[in-house]
Parts: sequence; structure tokens; C-alpha cells
Amino acid sequence: MNFYAIRAIYKFEMARTFRTLMQSIASPVLSTSLYFIVFGTAIGSRMGEIDGVSYGAFIIPGLVMLSLLSESISNASFGIFFPKFSGTIYEVLSAPVSPLEIVIGYVGAAATKSVMLGLLILVTARIFVDYTIVHPFWMLGFLLLTAITFSLFGFIIGVWADDFQKLQVIPLMVITPLTFLGGAFYSISMLPEPWQSLTLFNPVVYLINGFRWAFYGIADVNVGVSLGMTLLFLVICLGIISWIFKTGYRIRS
Amino acid sequence: MTSIISVAGLGKTYDSGFTALRDVNLDIKRGEIFALLGPNGAGKTTLISIICGISRQTEGRVTADGFDIVNDYRAARSKIGLVPQELSTDAFESVWATVTFSRGLFGKAPNPEYIEKLLRQLSLWDKKDAQMRELSGGMKRRVMIAKALSHEPEILFLDEPTAGVDVELRRDMWEMMRELREQGVTIILTTHYIEEAEEMADRIGVIRKGQILLVEEKQALMDKLGSKQLTVHLQQTLEAIPSELSEFDLHLEQDGSYLSFSYDSRQDGDSVARLLRKLSELGLEIRDLNSSESSLEEIFVSLVHEEN
Repeated sequence: MNFYAIRAIYKFEMARTFRTLMQSIASPVLSTSLYFIVFGTAIGSRMGEIDGVSYGAFIIPGLVMLSLLSESISNASFGIFFPKFSGTIYEVLSAPVSPLEIVIGYVGAAATKSVMLGLLILVTARIFVDYTIVHPFWMLGFLLLTAITFSLFGFIIGVWADDFQKLQVIPLMVITPLTFLGGAFYSISMLPEPWQSLTLFNPVVYLINGFRWAFYGIADVNVGVSLGMTLLFLVICLGIISWIFKTGYRIRS
Repeated sequence: MTSIISVAGLGKTYDSGFTALRDVNLDIKRGEIFALLGPNGAGKTTLISIICGISRQTEGRVTADGFDIVNDYRAARSKIGLVPQELSTDAFESVWATVTFSRGLFGKAPNPEYIEKLLRQLSLWDKKDAQMRELSGGMKRRVMIAKALSHEPEILFLDEPTAGVDVELRRDMWEMMRELREQGVTIILTTHYIEEAEEMADRIGVIRKGQILLVEEKQALMDKLGSKQLTVHLQQTLEAIPSELSEFDLHLEQDGSYLSFSYDSRQDGDSVARLLRKLSELGLEIRDLNSSESSLEEIFVSLVHEEN
């Protein structure tokens, strides 16, 4: 293992995060606060409880997931896309580092940033609503697992994208709708059929569901299934990444 | 001297079907400065990219210091430093951070003293906290060199190191290359400036259309510079070169009224006099004489344009 290389990439990426602190941390916190004000406080006060949880508290796990997914993807995709774009990738490619070390460096940094952000949002949420975390260990587990999985996914997008538009298209056109429709703001049991069954094809449902269970002990689908689906997505991403490095796809001509 | 880089049967065909390299065989000797000369698009950068791990070969094998660049890529790559042609830098990183990053990336424990020495050597010390975007082109290139040397490589690739560099900086670069060689670093540079190859190289390789045309000691090539050509314009035309002149390296040109004579001015100093004497003995009258010498540039140009 080339630990110095992992550390170099990780430090480089984290330095980028702190250099762009406003964009990296402040703006997601601000937008999440807006969600709380609009959905939690303003609209939420007119909504009833869901499974015994106030609406404001109910949406917290969903909001954290919303930010976690989009930030993980955008951090990790930009992290690998930009060196490709600027040409500085030559150095990573010519260095004695294995694909695994490259991925740990880039994805590790992106996931770290997302987890930091997720926790920051939880702290911010506390200002607006009271909430409990029934299974804090599992909450952290889901947070970490989701951050890693979607940072891996972002890494794939960053490798695949050859222009800025492609970099944006998946988070904007796929992830955001899936998150909104994945039960971030409602319980899927509130949906009529066939939407309720169709929703089960949305992988984000499982992420939000597991995460919400860690908070309140309530779940629309079995938590084991949630965990399994998240792990499955993780394995798929790992598979794609190992294929990328094996074939050199869009990285090594 | 033993070879530090060995390229055998190397071929590269891109997915587009374009063949950038075909059957390249090349040995770089330990401690030498090797200049790879070739026109744009000849395959110089592709060759370097493969050796450094940026591209993959389609066939053939390369070893660096005895380590296969594919199977033993860690050992091979840690021996090599690369200064690419393009000035690709992280605009917002400081000089210090980017050079330190490179050292870590290549698996070396931090060594601030060494980085400091390196930056001082390259006259970058007072810029160590400057962001890359604040630097001039020449300074950026020096940072690229510092990055390439940050892990103390034994082999240094310089891809067009002096392209777009002013005369003064070029002299500095040459000076630096000599110093590195004194320290035992093997240097492979690509260039399309003949002057640079003449100035710096111990050996010169010429590449064209993905094939190595020749590899020679610079001195041997320079000896070809000693080869001169004398063109004798005769009053009459000849059908063939008279047998009496067979001892000379002669060619009949144009309509037969021009005789061209190749000779080495240093080896046989009196051959021109002997030829002229022979011509007058044969009663061949001379209308005009013209002598010229071939430069490395001419050798290069003729090699590169052959078959074109």
C-alpha cells in the first residue's frame, strides 16, 4: 500500500474543500435551512404527525439524505473530473499508485466532506425542530455507507463525463428527482397504488428509509432490505470502478 | 554502461485505429542524456506516455531499471520523473503544496529539507507560497520540474522542455540538465530543436511516423557533419562515370554534366585535389565548382522526409 500517496490525494482534496468553504459547506447548509423554514416550520405546522413523528422532524433524515447524495456525487465527480479536464491527471497516472489507492484518496475525501456536511445539517436542523436519534450507531452507519456509496457513484460520473454538462446531468436529472420522489418529504405509505409499488424501484427510497429508521425507529420497508439495497449499490459501483481501471476507460488511453 | 530503460517491440494503436508507434526498440543507457528527435506527431509523446504509465501499449515490453512497467509498475514508476509538455498545474495550489503533493504521490516520506533544497536550486524558493496561477510560464515549467524531481527519481523525462521558453531560461534548463546528469540522473528529452540535441545529448534517436529511424552517438552523427559534398559542373555531359574515377565516391546528376562527390574533409584531406587532377588528366573541363556540408539538421530533415 502506498499510504503516502493516499494521504497526498486525500489532503489535496480536503484542501480544495477548505479553500472553497463557502461553496462546499455554507451553501448546502443555507439551502437546507430554507427547506426547514418552508417545509418544516411554515407548511409542517399545518400537517399532522406521521407515525407519531412531527412533520418537521419527519423530513430531517430525508433532507440530510438529499444533501448527502448530491454533495457526495458532486464532490467526488468534480474531484476526478477536474484533473482530467486540466491535464494534471498525468501525475496520478504516472505515479506508483494502484487504482484502489486512487479511489480511497478521492472517494475518501469526498465521503469525509459529505459526512461532515450531513452532521452539520443535523446540527442546523436542531435550531428549527426537536428530534431524537433512536439508533445513533446505525444513523452514523447509514450516513457513512451512503456517503461512500454515492461518492463512488460520483467518481464514476467524473470519469465518464467529458464536459461540464455531463458532470451536472446525472445529479440534476436523476438523483434530485429520485430523492424528491423517494420519500424525503412524505411516507410512501401515503401514496396511492400503483405509485406506492412503483416507488419501490427507486433505490433512494431504501436509503432514506433506513436512515429514518435510525432516527425514529419507524420504516416503510424492512431495514434489512434497506441495508441490503445500499450495499448492493455499493458493490455495483465498486464493480464499475474496477472495470474502469481494468479497461482504462476514459482515464488511461 | 548498462541500459536503464529497455523498450522492446513496442507498438501502440489507439482505439480510433491510428497507429502511433510500431515495433519500437530502444535502450537508454544509465546516466546518459538521450535526445529523441522527431517532427510533430511522430510519436515522441506517445512513447514517453507509455513508459511513464499514462498510456497503455498495445504490444511489446518496457522495463525501467529492470522492472516491467506493467507488472512491476510500482517499482518502475517510482524510478521515473516526468515533466510533460503541457503546463498542467493546479491553479490554486501553492508551489510548496504542489511539490509536496508530488513527493507523497510517489510514495516517499515527507522531507521538507529536500523540497527546500530543490526549490532553491530551481530559484523558486521565494515563490514557495505563491499560487500556481500567479506564476509566469517559465516559473510554472520550473515547478513542473520540481514536481518531477520531488521523489528523487533516477530517470527524468523532459517532453519538449524548452518549447516556448525564452533564450535565457533555455540556457538555465540546459545547465540544470547537466547538473542532474552529474548527480547520476538519466535524462531523456524530446525536442524538435536540433540545436538542443546538439547541445545536450550524448546520444540521439530520430523517430518518425511511430518508428525509430536511427539511434546514434551524437559524436557519430556529428562526424557526419564532417562529410562534405563537392559538385563539379562539367563543360560536357557524361554517359557514365569513367572507370578511372572509380576510387572516388561519385554520382552523376541531372543531364550528366554534374558530378557530385562525397568526402570527409578531415579523413582524406587531399581527395579534392586528387579528383580535380584526375579530371584534368581525363580532359574533362570544369565549368564551375560548389562545395557544401551537411548539417545535423539536413541529416534529420532528409531522414524524416524520406519516402514522403
